[in-house]
Amino acid sequence: MSVSEVVLLRGGNVIDENGSRRADVLLADGVVGDLGEALEVPGGAMVLEVDGCLVSPGLVDLHAHLREPGDPEAETILTGSRAAALGGYTAVVAMPNTEPAIDNVAVVEQVRHLSRAALCQVEVAAAITVGRAGEHLAPLGELADAGVRLFTDDGSGVQDAGLMRRALEYAAPLGITLAQHCEDARLAAGGHMHEGRWSSELGIPGMPAIAEEAMVARDLALAHLTGARLHLLHLSTAHSVDLVRNAKSLGVNVTCEVTPHHLMLTDEEAASFDPAFKVNPPLRPAADVEALRAALADGTVDAIATDHAPHPPHAKQAPFDQAPPGMLGLETALGVALSVLDMPVDAVLAAFSWKPARIAGLSDHGGRVAPGEPANLCVVDPAATWSVDPNALASPARNTPFAGRKLTGRVRHTIFRGELVVRDGEAQR
Amino acid sequence: MSRHLLDIKELGADGIVELLRLTDTFTEVATRAIPKVPALVGRTVAQLFFEDSTRTRLSFETAARRLSADVLTFTAKTSSLNKGESLRDTVLTVSAMGVDAFVVRHASAGAPVQIARWLEGDGDGEVVVNAGDGAHAHPTQALLDCYTIRQHRKEIGDRTDGPADQLFEGLRVLIVGDARHSRVCRSNVDALTALGADVTLVGPPTLLPVSTEGWGVSTSTDLDQSLIGADVVYLLRMQLERQREARVPTLAEYTARWGLTTARAQRLDPAALVMAPGPINRGVELSSDAADLPCSVITDQVTNGVATRMAVLFKLLSAGRDVGE
Repeated sequence: MSVSEVVLLRGGNVIDENGSRRADVLLADGVVGDLGEALEVPGGAMVLEVDGCLVSPGLVDLHAHLREPGDPEAETILTGSRAAALGGYTAVVAMPNTEPAIDNVAVVEQVRHLSRAALCQVEVAAAITVGRAGEHLAPLGELADAGVRLFTDDGSGVQDAGLMRRALEYAAPLGITLAQHCEDARLAAGGHMHEGRWSSELGIPGMPAIAEEAMVARDLALAHLTGARLHLLHLSTAHSVDLVRNAKSLGVNVTCEVTPHHLMLTDEEAASFDPAFKVNPPLRPAADVEALRAALADGTVDAIATDHAPHPPHAKQAPFDQAPPGMLGLETALGVALSVLDMPVDAVLAAFSWKPARIAGLSDHGGRVAPGEPANLCVVDPAATWSVDPNALASPARNTPFAGRKLTGRVRHTIFRGELVVRDGEAQR
Repeated sequence: MSRHLLDIKELGADGIVELLRLTDTFTEVATRAIPKVPALVGRTVAQLFFEDSTRTRLSFETAARRLSADVLTFTAKTSSLNKGESLRDTVLTVSAMGVDAFVVRHASAGAPVQIARWLEGDGDGEVVVNAGDGAHAHPTQALLDCYTIRQHRKEIGDRTDGPADQLFEGLRVLIVGDARHSRVCRSNVDALTALGADVTLVGPPTLLPVSTEGWGVSTSTDLDQSLIGADVVYLLRMQLERQREARVPTLAEYTARWGLTTARAQRLDPAALVMAPGPINRGVELSSDAADLPCSVITDQVTNGVATRMAVLFKLLSAGRDVGE
C-alpha cells in the first residue's frame, strides 16, 4: 500500500462537526479529493463499499502510554500506533512517563524519530517537572518552542500546590496546556482500588474518591487564579465532574477527559482479584459511572481518552496489590463507548475526534471531511458486534479488562495521511 | 463445597456445620493413644507461606501429619522469590513436583484465589486452602473459632445442638479492635452471621471498616456500652504500627478505650467467652489478667485449630476414603 493510492469510500454516511450526510469520499494525494453522491470511480482507484458505515475524521487520543523509550516488552511506538490505527485513531498523544521521562527536547526528538514509521501521528506530551519528580520545572519554554503543546506528570499529580501555581503562571503566555493526573498522594497512599464497599469486603486497601477530588478542586482554583489552560486527565468521580461543571460556568479555562473503562466498569470487578481490573484512577461505583456518562452528555466532559497503559503479561500475573495499574484501551475504546453510551453518535465522535484534536492543538486531525482537507479518517460500522480477544490485540501486552466482552461498533478502515493503514479490521503493516 | 477453600463465604451455613461436625471426629482422634490416622497416606500437602506465621503453619503441619500426609513447607525467606521468581512461577514449579494440596499464606488479599485460577489452567488438579491472605480472609481461623464457641456453648448446656447448630442463633458476639485490616474479622463475620449470630464490630472509627454494606453487622465505637449482654468478646490483634499511621493517638489510649482491661473483664457475664486469634499483645488489646481468666478460651482455640484443619484437609483430599482407625 503506497501513500499515493487513490481510494473511494462509497456509500457511507459522512460525519463531522458540521453534521452528517450520505456521500462518497474520494481520497488522493493524502487529502480528500472530492465528496459527493455517486462519484465517478477514477481509473485505478480502490473502491471500498462502506454502506451503513460512518466516515469520520480520525480519532484523537489525548492519553496513551506507548512505553518507548523504556519498556518494549509492554509496547513500542510502532505496536502502540498499530493498536491505535486498529482503534480508528489517526493521532495519539504519547505520555511522558517513559524511561527516561520526556522532560527535555532531546527525548522529545528521540520519540519523534521513533515515530517516523508509526501508523498514526504520535504527538509528544512532555513532563511539567524534571523527571516527573514534582520538584523543579521542566524547560517548558524550550519544549513549547520545540512544538510541545501538552504537559503533564501523568502517572502522578504535581503534589506541591505552590509549584503547580508557578507552572500554570509560567505556562499561560506560552500558549501551552498543563494536564493533571489528579491524585493527592497522601490521601491515596497505599491504595490499590476504590475505597468503598468492595475494598472493605475484599480487604484490599482503598484509594478514596476525595484523593482525586481534592486535587481537582485545588487545580481548578489555581487555573481560575492564573487564567492558564488546564486539562484534567481521566476524571472518575461524580464530584470531580461536578467541580468541573461549576468551574466552566465561572469561565475557568479548563477541559477534561474520561476513559472508556470508567464509563463501563465498576469497582465490583476487583472481586475477581484479577489485576486486569487494577487501574489508576481506580474503577468506581455505578453512581460515578452514571455521573460520568451524564457529564459527557451535557458537555462538561470534553473528550474520551484511553489512558492506554500496556504492561507485559508477567507484570499483571502478580497479586493485586503488587501488580502495576493500567489497562489496554486503544483498540476497544470506540466499541466500549458506542456500547454503553446513550448519546447521538455524532456527540460520541465529537468526544473522540474533533474536541480532543482541538485540546491537543492538532490542526490536521478532527477537522471537516471536505475537499482539500488531510485524509486522516476512520470508517466505523456502528452495528458490528464483536468480542474482545486479548490474544488478537496488536500490543505485546494482554492487559485488557474487556476480554470476552461483546461490543457493538467496530472500526473497519483507518486512513492516515491518505494511506489505508487498516483495511477491514486488519492492520496493513 | 468447591474444590478449594478460599473464602468462608463459599461454604454457607450448611457447609460450615458439616465441617464443625467433621471436626468432632478429629477432636476424638486427638484423644487416642496414637493420635494419628492413615486417611491421607500418599497425599502430599505443600505449605506455601509467603508471610511470617508460626501458629498457623505449625497447626496445618500437625494436622496434615496426623492424617499421615506428606508435608513440604516453603517459606518466602528460603525461596527463590528473593531471586525475582514470580508467585505464579513458584506455584507452578511446586505443582510440577507433584503435590495434592497447597496451603497458602500471603500478605496480599486474593493471592490464593489467583493461585487457584493459575492451577486451574496449568496445574494438576491440586486443591488450594487459604491460610490467610492480606486483610481478605482466613477461613480455617473462622472455622476453629466457631468450633470453639460451639464447644463451650454446648458445655454450658443452655442451648441444643439442633440440625443447623442453632446454638449460634442470636448469640451476641463483639469483635473488637482493628476490624478494617483484619482477615480474621472478615471471615468470622461471614461465618458467624451465616450461622445466625448477632455480630457487632467495636473499635476506633479509624480502624472500623470504611463500609460494612452487606456484612449484616452493627458497628460501635463504645466498648463499654457494647459489652452489656455480650456472649463472646473477640479481641483482634492491635498492630503496633497503627499508632504511626495516626489511627490512634497512643497505644495507651487505645487500651483505655478499646482494650479488655481487668475492670471490663470483671463486668462480663460469667458464661461469656473471651477469644483472640493470637499472638496476643498482653497489656494492649487485653490485660494479662483477662487473658488468663477462666472465661478465656484462647488456648482452646489453638487446640481446636489442629482438628479443624484436619477436617478441612480430609474433606478436600480424602475423595471417599474413611477416616480410619
